[in-house]
Amino acid sequence: MATLIGGITTSHVPAIGRAIARNLQGDAYFKPFFDGFPPIHDWLATAKPDVAVVIYNDHGLNFFLDKMPTFAVGAAPEYRNADEGWGIPVVPPFQGEQGLSWHLIDALVGQDFDLTTCQEMLVDHAFTLPMALLWPGSEAWPVKVVPVCINTVQFPLPSAARVYKLGEAIGRAIRSWETDQRVVVIGTGGLSHQLDGERAGFINKDFDLKFMDSLISDPTWATKYSIPDLVELTGTQGVELLMWLAARGALGDKVRQVHRNYHIPISNTAAGTLALECR
Amino acid sequence: MNASVRRREIPGTTLFDGEQARKGYALNKMCFSFNDAANRAAFQADEAAYCAKFGLNETQRAAVAARNVLQLIAAGGNVYYLAKFAGIFGLDVQDLGAQQTGMTKDEFKAKLLAAGRN
Repeated sequence: MATLIGGITTSHVPAIGRAIARNLQGDAYFKPFFDGFPPIHDWLATAKPDVAVVIYNDHGLNFFLDKMPTFAVGAAPEYRNADEGWGIPVVPPFQGEQGLSWHLIDALVGQDFDLTTCQEMLVDHAFTLPMALLWPGSEAWPVKVVPVCINTVQFPLPSAARVYKLGEAIGRAIRSWETDQRVVVIGTGGLSHQLDGERAGFINKDFDLKFMDSLISDPTWATKYSIPDLVELTGTQGVELLMWLAARGALGDKVRQVHRNYHIPISNTAAGTLALECR
Repeated sequence: MNASVRRREIPGTTLFDGEQARKGYALNKMCFSFNDAANRAAFQADEAAYCAKFGLNETQRAAVAARNVLQLIAAGGNVYYLAKFAGIFGLDVQDLGAQQTGMTKDEFKAKLLAAGRN
């Protein structure tokens, strides 16, 4: 069976893409965020994943309001990035792991998750930037991928509890995939931030730190909150912490913290990074 | 919004729910088209014609003409699509944040830096 090595969750702010494109990782503004990654690079070099299941939210590149799936799973041979309208460089394409895609689809639908399946799918900055952070300078990505997209554009969003259960089902499916491949789960987005409205610029450091702590020892803690509660506590885009919950749900009861980092601000966002190893 | 689902009031915040999605469909569809450079150029060449092509209503056209983010949101715009509209003018989310909060961009950036020190 496949080995689920662990999970990594990180923010996906477009400004990170601009910083990478301009080689500003060492710049005083960005350094506190990029400094969160070398220990995770070391862990990845040892743990050597073959496949990444990337749980992210599309921001209007692949999906529009004409058809807005709550949960979508990629099943394509290749995933490409494209122009999102505000100009960060497009990254090289990603090779899909179709075997795991269909195994996930079978397992998740079999557990009553009603998915949208995508044999063609563009992946936006929420997918590409975490990949570029984890495997910097890649001309050809060292892992194959399976994208899992969760709607955070149009309310109602799936509840935190439901998303956590989706993550648990993803974890079970990975562990029952008949192969010797090593799999890492990545969850992207957050932490607290709000782009829109008079409350733009809202950040909640106390909640973010409590949330990061909870993922180690009490991972369902945040599932007690409703989506409107989470918006109130973390901002309209802070609700992207759903991706972190799904990724954490996949990892099982016991995890070891590999590394964590938290920095305010990158652009309008409290930028968090957390790497956890399955025990 | 269904009568059975009470709308939650969060100060300074609009949840992009069914009511907003329905109201803003044409506006968001136009902004979604700005993923394509040719469409961005077509908008810049003739804004009025481009808005008409997507069937924007008067309120939405006025908000587009004013480049006013709060008005665009009130007219049903979703910030993810509006960011593509803002990209045409080289504006980033900190420009949008400053405009919506009535601050200069430097003041808005200072507010975020302060959030990290608390």
